[in-house]
Amino acid sequence: MKNPKVKKAAKVPEETAAGNGLLNRRALLRGALFSAGLAAANASIAKADESIGTHAPIWMKTPGRSFSGYGMPAKSQANVKRIYTIVPGDAGTGSSRTPLHLLEGTITPNGLHYERHHNGIPDIDPAKHELYIHGMVKRPLAFSVDALKRYPMETHIHFLECSGNSAVMIAKQPEQSTAGALNGLVSCSEWTGVRLATLLAEAGVTKEAKWVIAEGADAAAMSRSIPLEKCLDDAVIALFQNGEAIRPEQGFPMRLLVPGFEGNMNVKWLRRLNVIDRPVDARDETSHYTELLPNGKAYQYMFPMGVKSMILKPSFGIDLKGQGLYEISGLAWSGAGIVSKVEVSVDGGKNWTQAALTGPVLPRALTRFRLPWKWNGQPSVMMSRATDETGAVQPTRSDWLAQYGPGQIYHFNAIQGWGVNANGTVKNVYV
Amino acid sequence: MSTSKYKYILLIPVFLLPVIAFAFVPALFAQQGPNLGRPLTPQEIRNIDITVEPNGKGLPAGSGSVSQGAAVYAKNCQYCHGPKGEGKPFNQLTGGVGTLATAKPVKTPVSYWPVATTLFDYIRRAMPLPAPESLTNDEVYAVTAYLLSIDGVVPKDAVLDAKSLPKVKMPNRNGFVHWHPKPAR
Repeated sequence: MKNPKVKKAAKVPEETAAGNGLLNRRALLRGALFSAGLAAANASIAKADESIGTHAPIWMKTPGRSFSGYGMPAKSQANVKRIYTIVPGDAGTGSSRTPLHLLEGTITPNGLHYERHHNGIPDIDPAKHELYIHGMVKRPLAFSVDALKRYPMETHIHFLECSGNSAVMIAKQPEQSTAGALNGLVSCSEWTGVRLATLLAEAGVTKEAKWVIAEGADAAAMSRSIPLEKCLDDAVIALFQNGEAIRPEQGFPMRLLVPGFEGNMNVKWLRRLNVIDRPVDARDETSHYTELLPNGKAYQYMFPMGVKSMILKPSFGIDLKGQGLYEISGLAWSGAGIVSKVEVSVDGGKNWTQAALTGPVLPRALTRFRLPWKWNGQPSVMMSRATDETGAVQPTRSDWLAQYGPGQIYHFNAIQGWGVNANGTVKNVYV
Repeated sequence: MSTSKYKYILLIPVFLLPVIAFAFVPALFAQQGPNLGRPLTPQEIRNIDITVEPNGKGLPAGSGSVSQGAAVYAKNCQYCHGPKGEGKPFNQLTGGVGTLATAKPVKTPVSYWPVATTLFDYIRRAMPLPAPESLTNDEVYAVTAYLLSIDGVVPKDAVLDAKSLPKVKMPNRNGFVHWHPKPAR
């Protein structure tokens, strides 16, 4: 058969940015580099005694399967799973991580949202679960799940990040694992529920109230002290996650959502809100989720998650296959608001190029950044550095470590690096 | 019925209304709900309110001694936390006092936690892991006393109750800097 003629792709002048093959993000926005424009002319024409099935894949020649009540991912996606290890004798305590490096966009599928449990996932009968509000209120109240569903609802897209995310990055030697295994205690969902301020107004908060102690209905009765002003601002009692009832792992039938604050404060299986005039030094705000300083003192009640970013493609396990054009892509977020800028370096931080933030760009939500890179086959070190709307910039790892006492892991948000060797293999490197 | 208490609003001069609205800014975030909250009875609140505050508010009746606590510990805690709270296979509960500013800080409830009420509050709600909320109030006071006695935070003959527990002086009671509401850096 004669080779069909292939029209040559129109030559697009490449705009290089900082060098080392990083191209200008505007090139990406125009989409020019990726529209190869391969138009085949005079493609093969079937012979008279041939059916077109001769050249068709098997799944086009047999009817597909029928409907299902709840759809599942494609069979080939069986490896896209949360990453976890179970501690014998302590099966319900610990965490599982989102495989960030295997996902795209900004929303985490419900079944892949990271988990952190303190004594397993409770099996709650929603007909028997109520949300209690008491303490410094004029009218102590209980709300059934059905009652809450009649309240005005709001929908917001927000990330949740465990304060202990990326803890392994403080190890002396860089751990060689995937981006999800290293940094997967962060996820992002569209949450729908009732503004907590609406319920607090109904209960009538008294003027001496300053804090709200939120408690879960799990076997740890996990509790945290939340400032009242946050509860009256943007806190939500979330009932739905990405359109469906919140998953048991995420707090079914309801969780507290305090956007931008440590994941642990977004109390799951929310059962009780005790309105009082002080924080209570609960176990998870003394033993855990406090930050020891070099002088032996410790920060307590440090709530917002700092500005952070990471490159997910390429990354460990997603190697480069020869010279040529690649898209560097990753996620950025900040507990303080909107990500205003992400810069990328492929030379270990000597030169930086601004990446495109390919929307949606929302406050306290995962934000996708992308930048085209023409890899010339030379060893490289990729890094990303995010800045948020308050002007906060990701620190270097050494600056981050210097702030805290030895072995401190919480609120790790330092710049991370991926080394690429001449074969295109990607490794975790400290920069 | 509830409109009557608002009737005096009509007496407020119109030019003051924006000022008044501003004074209640947080309330502006609240939307009007259908008022479906069910009133909680005082008895219901007593049954659900397990918060213990650092000043001792919320501590129940009952008491427990160090020696009683040693028996509670041996039966319910030691298989996870080792003899005398030394740790292994799970968290270390004792020791580490004075290590926080060193190159190898050892954070335990005794060395790190600022108030003793946290021990009572946490043990009562979350421990032992296979059977949380199963220990009696007396047993929780006792095991708290036992753990605090190992490093000498309370004497070997101590008996803890709602009065004495909040008075326990934890080694790291001045060790925490509240970051909220003002960033400390």
